[in-house]
Amino acid sequence: MNADKKILVIGGGMSGLTAALEAAEAGSQVIITEAAPYLGGRVAQLHRYFPKLCPPTCGLEINFRRIKENPNISFYTMAEVTQVSGSAGNFDVTVKVHPRYVNDRCVACHACAEACPQWRVNDFNYGLDKTKAAYLPYDMAFPQLYVIDKSACSGDCGQKCLEACAYDAIELHMTPQTLNFNVGAIIMASGWELYDATKMDNLGFGQVANVITNMQMERLAASNGPTGGQILRPSDQQPPKKVAFVQCAGSRDENHLPYCSYICCMASLKQTTYLLEKDPEAEAYVFYIDIRTPGRYEQFYWKVRDEENVHLIRGKVAKITQEPGTDNVVVVAENTATGDKVSMVFDMVVLAVGMVPSTKASPFPLPLSYTPDGFVIQELLPPGVYAVGTLKGPLDVTKSVQDGTGAALKSLIALGRRS
Amino acid sequence: MEIEKKFGVYLCKGCGIADAIDFESLTKVIKKSGKIQHIKEADILCSPEGLAMIREDLNPEGEGINAIVIAACSPRVKYEEFDFPNVIMERCNIREQVAWTQEPKNEHTQSLAEDYLRMSCARIKKAELPEPYESECDKTIMVIGGGAAGLSAALQAADNGYQVVLLEKEAELGGFAAKMYRQTPSSYPYTTLQEPVVFKKIQEVQNHPKIRVMTNATLDTMEGQPGLLDATIKAGGEVETLRVGAVVLAAGWKPYDATKLSHLGYGVSQDVITNIEMEEMAKAGKIVRPSDGKVPESVAFIQCAGSRDPEHLPYCSDFCCTASLKQALYVREQNPNAVAYILYKDIRTPGQTELFYKEVQSDPGVMLTKAEIAGVELGDGGKLLIKATDTLLGENVVFEADLVVLATGMVPATLDDPILNLTYRQGPGLPDLELFSGFADSNFICFPYETRRTGIYAAGAVHQPMNIAMATEDGVGAACKAIQAVEHVAEGMAVHPRAWDITFPDPFMQRCTSCKRCTEECPFGAIDEDEKGTPFFKINRCRRCGTCMGACPERIISFKDFSVDIIGSMLKSLDVPELEDEDDPEAPFRIIGLVCENDAYPALDAAALHRLRLNSCVRFIPLRCLGSFNMVWVSDALSRGIDGIILLGCKSGDDYQCHFAKGSELCEYRLSKLSETLDKLGLEADRVIQYQIAHSDFDRLPQLIDDFVVRVREIGPNPFKEL
Repeated sequence: MNADKKILVIGGGMSGLTAALEAAEAGSQVIITEAAPYLGGRVAQLHRYFPKLCPPTCGLEINFRRIKENPNISFYTMAEVTQVSGSAGNFDVTVKVHPRYVNDRCVACHACAEACPQWRVNDFNYGLDKTKAAYLPYDMAFPQLYVIDKSACSGDCGQKCLEACAYDAIELHMTPQTLNFNVGAIIMASGWELYDATKMDNLGFGQVANVITNMQMERLAASNGPTGGQILRPSDQQPPKKVAFVQCAGSRDENHLPYCSYICCMASLKQTTYLLEKDPEAEAYVFYIDIRTPGRYEQFYWKVRDEENVHLIRGKVAKITQEPGTDNVVVVAENTATGDKVSMVFDMVVLAVGMVPSTKASPFPLPLSYTPDGFVIQELLPPGVYAVGTLKGPLDVTKSVQDGTGAALKSLIALGRRS
Repeated sequence: MEIEKKFGVYLCKGCGIADAIDFESLTKVIKKSGKIQHIKEADILCSPEGLAMIREDLNPEGEGINAIVIAACSPRVKYEEFDFPNVIMERCNIREQVAWTQEPKNEHTQSLAEDYLRMSCARIKKAELPEPYESECDKTIMVIGGGAAGLSAALQAADNGYQVVLLEKEAELGGFAAKMYRQTPSSYPYTTLQEPVVFKKIQEVQNHPKIRVMTNATLDTMEGQPGLLDATIKAGGEVETLRVGAVVLAAGWKPYDATKLSHLGYGVSQDVITNIEMEEMAKAGKIVRPSDGKVPESVAFIQCAGSRDPEHLPYCSDFCCTASLKQALYVREQNPNAVAYILYKDIRTPGQTELFYKEVQSDPGVMLTKAEIAGVELGDGGKLLIKATDTLLGENVVFEADLVVLATGMVPATLDDPILNLTYRQGPGLPDLELFSGFADSNFICFPYETRRTGIYAAGAVHQPMNIAMATEDGVGAACKAIQAVEHVAEGMAVHPRAWDITFPDPFMQRCTSCKRCTEECPFGAIDEDEKGTPFFKINRCRRCGTCMGACPERIISFKDFSVDIIGSMLKSLDVPELEDEDDPEAPFRIIGLVCENDAYPALDAAALHRLRLNSCVRFIPLRCLGSFNMVWVSDALSRGIDGIILLGCKSGDDYQCHFAKGSELCEYRLSKLSETLDKLGLEADRVIQYQIAHSDFDRLPQLIDDFVVRVREIGPNPFKEL
């Protein structure tokens, strides 16, 4: 094996971590770059996985331990690949590492955040709360290092966190770093973003109080989320009794996302269990076109379907509006079986918003072929470059991991490995 | 070779530790009880200055310290800083478990910190540096099944330089992928059917110098362990034994037996056929009614024929919706005047397959409707009548068709055949398959290739219901895992989930009583028995969870850095104060917490990060897995006057979260036996309790632990305390 050739994995979410770890455990050197200040990606924000209802941080813990113990892996957070040249077996890659303003001496003691006078919108919690400008992205963040969001700092307030830190960990004058690597193969694993729900005028997100996205619902249910795990509707912080889940919010819609986002049916079914676990008296209504629970997920569907307080309604939601004079939400749906229009009032509405590949907004710095929706076309990738998971099409976690594992082996071939 | 141990303890004062703990008295305890005299402090131990101080001591030319306690933060953080090769190291977590979760400078806090140091000192005295298990290792990858998944597994492994043996039970390679007339589109724009890609792969496999193809071949037996697996293969009348290192199980699937679907007309008329029969006809060149050989003018596809049906297959077979969409196009291509009806419960075209669905939907000759099928009957003139309810066309509708195609689902080959025919003591196949309706699936969302037989990884339709494109990719992933297995065996290293671990269970066989508990309990079937019934460890099958160590009543199974004796010594090192007033709510009861290091321990760390208060009576000890819990620890602890033991492990049961599958369940089982023993000793059974704690349960921990402590206080002090 060509020992000095490395694999670059772009993206430290579940697919990227998997690809990196599987390649490293098969004997290769791997570098991971991750845009966020922490590894773990989208799954770190999930309360639980379907269908087992187990916490995603459990598997991340194992993966982080695999990284800690493996000398073949190095990683960079807040890192962005800006330039790529060369070809399979010999790529030159430029990586820009954005300043964290906190160095590795940080011990996560929280003193900087205590001292910090400024607040920022918490993107980890999808805007449901705020953090200080000096913050730890979330309690299980790996690496366990604080970050300073300079855009939220004002004047010379930085002096306060600087003085508060007893560990010389804050470097307010940290500058972007440019790193150059020569690698033999590249695995793209930059994952997905939630479709911008404000684009669907009829569904009321951003206009009607108490219409939230499925990812926000994950954060509401999580014990390390904005409400400490209580499901509370945004307008009055009251627990909703009657919640609608609106499937295909953007997905399977020519005007938005023509494809099916794969995970939303299972995600909403799962979220009905969050609701009923917190409040067994609550009622969940799921409006759907087709229930898509492929493979053995079917059994989870049956379990949820048989819950007395879960109501599945085959119908496409046409309009979501505010009930006049209240914080409640009116949902109008067309029953596709009968053609009848139904109108119901809910305390809160969860939009099953679909996924958009990260390459839609930020294409990779190599001329690649994309579908009109921004997905990478695998067959047209140059040799030595691989895309995994949701970059090629919507997928669930398990299949993304399977895909990432396969990409690890394919990339080893590009290194010219011969055992 | 035994190297003389020289001990050192390094105390960190940072992160609030020095504010919470009195170091002078702590140092005395380390010297007196821990019996280690070389103690140093640093304001910030992880700082370059602190680390330089440690490194200087470790220099063999100088102090030559080689067994150290780092009394600072959790071992989960600052791992790069505190990384000292060839040194026995114990991370004593007095930051998260003391400074961040206790009232500062309080006598209970101080006792807690002192106990943690006592235990760490005891540990490094007993622990040894591991040396890897060395064995021969054959790196050949055996692939069972020559369909889409198996072919791609074989090719990718061979292209990576590994020898491959590919077994196919049929005379020809290709499996179902070779029986297809066309494949559903697997790439953009997802609108046109594809020529089957499998034939090119077959050729590549047949011409590959590193792949040996054996057709008409089945596995008679397989014995040994990863790296040293001896596979006896029956191939076309010949029997041959080959040594291989790891296995990709890609044995594929069978169509669900359509004769069980008479309610859907199968057997009622020859013109009710399965999707596989339809495919064969299309491939043969002409789609006709079997009864009269006429080209059908109307074809009805009945989806979920067997699938999604508790009476038949309790899962969705994943491929049938797109397969019927594809076959509807066959019908239309052959006869542009023909009409195809697709009658479904839900159309399942997840991901970008939706684009194919839309394409087919736009064909005016394809009519799709949701429908519940009430029955299929023979009508006039040889027509078939499909009675449906709850359709988009109305409540009760009868569709008339010349031909009915049942979209039958897939049954994994492993449902009724172990295939692997392992000679392992625990049986010939993969365990747990009943949890997955017969599929050789993993129970882990995050680790889909996990099986309970090390070095054996499933791919394709035997793994999960999936289509050809997915199976092709899945084979590559399984091949990757198989390659890792042989590479790790060659290095003497464990595979997932402890893929770095070079320790291994080393039983002291002279004291073995052949009780067979270890052989029965090992979740991975790593221990066989010889003719006399004595356990025989097959280390390369072992995942290093320590379940055998927990099971052994003779306490003879040890790892270099983890053993019954090490944990027992830690328990025995604790200070158990006498209680002056047992009714005082502050009375220093002593409770041990044995916690899973993968989930409960990080949850405790998270509680600390959130600065939650943890009960100061409890001392936590991480275990590799609760499966390694040995009951002797209960007597070790209780005979010392410890008042209670709380075990925090992962969820057990069918949807277990234990990374070693059975560890937490086996611990529960052992505890169920424990109560009898405790009863006999006159001790209350509820002094020992196990809770299921998930990684995310930090917020539950303080109350749960407090409640247990309250319960133990109610029971009263351990009577052995007085002795």
